[in-house]
Amino acid sequence: MTRFSALSLFTKALGGHQGWPEQWPDAAPKPAYDAIIVGGGGHGLGAAYYLAKKYGITNVAVIEKGWIGGGNTGRNTTIIRSNYLYDESAHLYDHAVKLWDGLSQELNYNTMYSKRGVMMLAHNVHDVQSFKRHIHANRLNGVDNEWLTPEEAKAYCPPLNISPDARHPVLGAALQRRGGTARHDTVAWGYARAAAALGVDIIQNCAVTGIRRGTDGAIEGVETTRGYIASKRVGVSAAGNTSVIMQMAGLDFPLESYPLQALVSEPVKPVFPCVVMSNTVHAYMSQSDKGELVIGAGTDQYVSYSQRGALHIVEHTLAAICEIFPIFRRMRMLRTWGGIVDVTPDRSPILGKTPVQGLYVNCGWGTGGFKATPGAGDLLAYTMAKDEPHRINAPFNLDRFRNGRLIDEAAAAAVAH
Amino acid sequence: MILIHCPYCDEKRAELEFAYAGQAHIARPLDPSTLSDEEWETYLFIRNNPRGRHHERWRHIHGCGRFFNAVRDTVTDKFETTYKAGEPRK
Repeated sequence: MTRFSALSLFTKALGGHQGWPEQWPDAAPKPAYDAIIVGGGGHGLGAAYYLAKKYGITNVAVIEKGWIGGGNTGRNTTIIRSNYLYDESAHLYDHAVKLWDGLSQELNYNTMYSKRGVMMLAHNVHDVQSFKRHIHANRLNGVDNEWLTPEEAKAYCPPLNISPDARHPVLGAALQRRGGTARHDTVAWGYARAAAALGVDIIQNCAVTGIRRGTDGAIEGVETTRGYIASKRVGVSAAGNTSVIMQMAGLDFPLESYPLQALVSEPVKPVFPCVVMSNTVHAYMSQSDKGELVIGAGTDQYVSYSQRGALHIVEHTLAAICEIFPIFRRMRMLRTWGGIVDVTPDRSPILGKTPVQGLYVNCGWGTGGFKATPGAGDLLAYTMAKDEPHRINAPFNLDRFRNGRLIDEAAAAAVAH
Repeated sequence: MILIHCPYCDEKRAELEFAYAGQAHIARPLDPSTLSDEEWETYLFIRNNPRGRHHERWRHIHGCGRFFNAVRDTVTDKFETTYKAGEPRK
């Protein structure tokens, strides 16, 4: 693996950038591994990397049915924040935000993490009260979040329409300055490259077709389209397809999979300095470094694995964006797409052990998993290495749906994910 | 947008007229006080979420207002059939 540096860029530039070696080998599956991660998205690749890096378990395979980062890792709107209401969530998401800091240096790969601030708009009295409650709760948990008046919000994000006559008047905003964006593809590639350098096999085009359990019920390995692979430890990080994989192990999960859409505009010069989220009218927007406006729309109402959503969902979001940012009314949208998100009843993830010995799960991130990528990877690796959850992810267990200790971010009003 | 056949109106209408109402044929417990924690978990939270044939409830909320059941493929989003509430599972 060539280390990226100013010098290596310069020397390779002299050769017209022709001399770069492949960033990681395209591995074929071996008969057995110490640990297998199902799902080659950011979370799964991150888990493999931390297993190798922190816990010395390097005989690891990441198996991905398509290409790495081709699922929700490559389909999200790249927003990073940690201003969640409940203590458990604040700790979980802030753990990830802390890891985003320094991730580029750690992986020697530019993830383009940009702390440009995430501003959430309040449009009615309920929003104002709810956001202020969030701000106070966040402050108690050491998570930065501050209240802005409409004028301050306008100063932070000039394209914002704060006219009192607006269809969606802005009564204020909550701003998390540490929030921002990162380049989603590079997160997958960076983790893949760093994990492969430590000995992890990254196996693409390899779908799991079955899970083999021994007579004692414990995990023995996985059946795949490229043959049987044995392992006593399997971590499933398969987002929208988690229910399908868990069925193979005989487990019913409290998950439903929905299409979530996003879209980008034509690229324009830098005009939009931060991330703006408007939960009430369902509009999320930021501008990529390429210049496209990156817009997040909502989920369709029905369970689906189609990876595409309906046009009226996009229309609804664009109508709100045109009202809040009249400057963008004549922008043309270039592409829309959908990803399948796995949603839990309380809108909080499930990250930990399962009733099957040796089977671990990281799922239920719903519409907001990207921001948690380094944290989820780190905590899944910890849980798999120690066979017990870290105290940060211990509350996000599967048992909470039985004992009632839900982490109900869904009820924490005005929290979109 | 998908088109949905309402078995009461006997008409195919746009999805915007309908509200999705989750997995179908989940029976409310007859004697809730006797349920174990496991049974409550299954009733409240566990869902089939299949990749393929899915039994689900819809409500023709901006039409006749009635609930009905449907079978839809979750990969293609195509409806196989819709039928009135109370009719046996198809």
